[in-house]
Amino acid sequence: MPHDNHLRIEEFKQVKFRELIENKNKLVHTFGALAELGHEVARRANFQETIRTSLHLVLGSLGIMRGGVARYSRFEHELNMLAVRGLGDSFPLSLGLCYEDERQFLVNGLHPIEVSQASVLPFFQIYDHTFSSTKLELFVPLVISDETVGALFLGEKASGEPYTSYDREVICAMGRHVGSAIAQRNLMTEIERRSDENRKLYDDLKMTYGDTVKAFAAAIDFKDKYTEGHSVRVGRYSEIIAAELGWGEDEVEGAATAGYLHDVGKLTVERKIINAPYRINAKESAELNKHPAVGYQILAPIHHPYADVPLAAKYHHERLDGRGYPDGLFDREIPYIAKVVNLADSFDAMTTDRPYRRRRPANEVFDDLHRNAGKQFAPEIVTSFFRGILKELNGEVKDKKFRRLLGREYMEAEGLAIALRNSLNEMAPTSPLTMINPD
Amino acid sequence: MNIEAACLASGGAKTAVVYADDYLNKLTGEKIERECKQRLDEGCNELVVDFSNTEIVNSIGVSILLGVIDVASNAGARVVFSEVNESTVELFDMLGVSRHAAIVSSGQRSVVDGRKGTDPQFSDPLAADRRPLTT
Repeated sequence: MPHDNHLRIEEFKQVKFRELIENKNKLVHTFGALAELGHEVARRANFQETIRTSLHLVLGSLGIMRGGVARYSRFEHELNMLAVRGLGDSFPLSLGLCYEDERQFLVNGLHPIEVSQASVLPFFQIYDHTFSSTKLELFVPLVISDETVGALFLGEKASGEPYTSYDREVICAMGRHVGSAIAQRNLMTEIERRSDENRKLYDDLKMTYGDTVKAFAAAIDFKDKYTEGHSVRVGRYSEIIAAELGWGEDEVEGAATAGYLHDVGKLTVERKIINAPYRINAKESAELNKHPAVGYQILAPIHHPYADVPLAAKYHHERLDGRGYPDGLFDREIPYIAKVVNLADSFDAMTTDRPYRRRRPANEVFDDLHRNAGKQFAPEIVTSFFRGILKELNGEVKDKKFRRLLGREYMEAEGLAIALRNSLNEMAPTSPLTMINPD
Repeated sequence: MNIEAACLASGGAKTAVVYADDYLNKLTGEKIERECKQRLDEGCNELVVDFSNTEIVNSIGVSILLGVIDVASNAGARVVFSEVNESTVELFDMLGVSRHAAIVSSGQRSVVDGRKGTDPQFSDPLAADRRPLTT
């Protein structure tokens, strides 16, 4: 009798030991699947691929024959299938939910619902035939942060056994991961949508700002009948110089704006001074010379999308040698944008007719700019400007901006390209890289 | 990747042998799945997945194999897992995969190969010319 008892105890121990080993293997397998699922979700790779992999992991962790993952659209009140395995072609791609289903799923949370026990809900009544023909056993609402984001559909286990409480716990944990992936995706989609909206709003605002700036430029130019289009041209030249200097898109736009608005202060100067058909006297000159400071006062309170627009207006008559106005600043004291606008402004003044003189020949103008590089103008700005013109003369750019602004004849002045090349080679302000073959 | 398949015919049976790689994960699993589906489309009614090189099968691998079994079953074909190592057999048993596919060991495989002509349970995949097909 004691011997029999001893045998029974040994047998019991062996059974328990086998169970322990089996449970350990099950735990290791499940843990591996959970870890992989966590990694997959955190990786934020291609969303569709993440969902496909997640479905594999859920099915493979418990040996489930078939299943699917759906994403919930709260606008359409539909579960849209993202990935399916073994559910067949006739399984619907979208499954509609009614208010009662939605409410119940929210209350239920991530706990798996036995399909055969849930016929009270309209969802399971409507799709009863589909679910039974595809042998679906569990439905898991994916509820994340009190919001239904999707659902898992799970078929029978390969073992033929019913789902255990352990299985349900595992499914619940994995469902949380899959739900998080969908919630993350929803969030990203929402962020992208809002970002697109903001971008469009910003573009609209920028366009409105640009139009306003151009309207201002036209208003300034309208006041001066002799220099019609001056502000617009200075804007264009400033834009060309900024682009040639390698500035970013926004900075180039900023330079153009600074050019358009540089003379805004002239709106307060008497028309007879601006339009005087003679060289103005000292008093008139003093009046006219107030326009940079006045321009600054007009522009400073405005929140511009580009930096330094008011400074360009204030300092566009300063010179590197300190002989400019209003403050007689020297080289590094002058804001860079003002140096750009200064060159553009001077170039336009020299290349357009004035009431008291005709415009100067191209070769003479470029020679003047060359000679004044380092005195009035920043040399690297002069070389950038020359390089831009030379590119057009050499046919390296399709858009003939200078030809449009200055006229074809002016740009075809004899020896202009050679003169520009020679000037560039002589100035070579920074490195031998600026050397250009005179041939 | 070392996934190869040989499609062999004998009598009315047509068997494909698909060789799994050392680690059956998503990448290699999906290749096996594609290969198996292709063989089924070609009319094979028996798929032998050879695990002789396979050390580990992860959850994704299990899911893919269950998919292969399901597709084969719908096509009226059977699936045999050959030369599966001990830990993978334990995994298949634990998850019920072995209920849906015959698992044969290396020794049994030789016996099976030798019995092809007499045992109606098996077709004769290895008696004919074996032409490995690289996927």
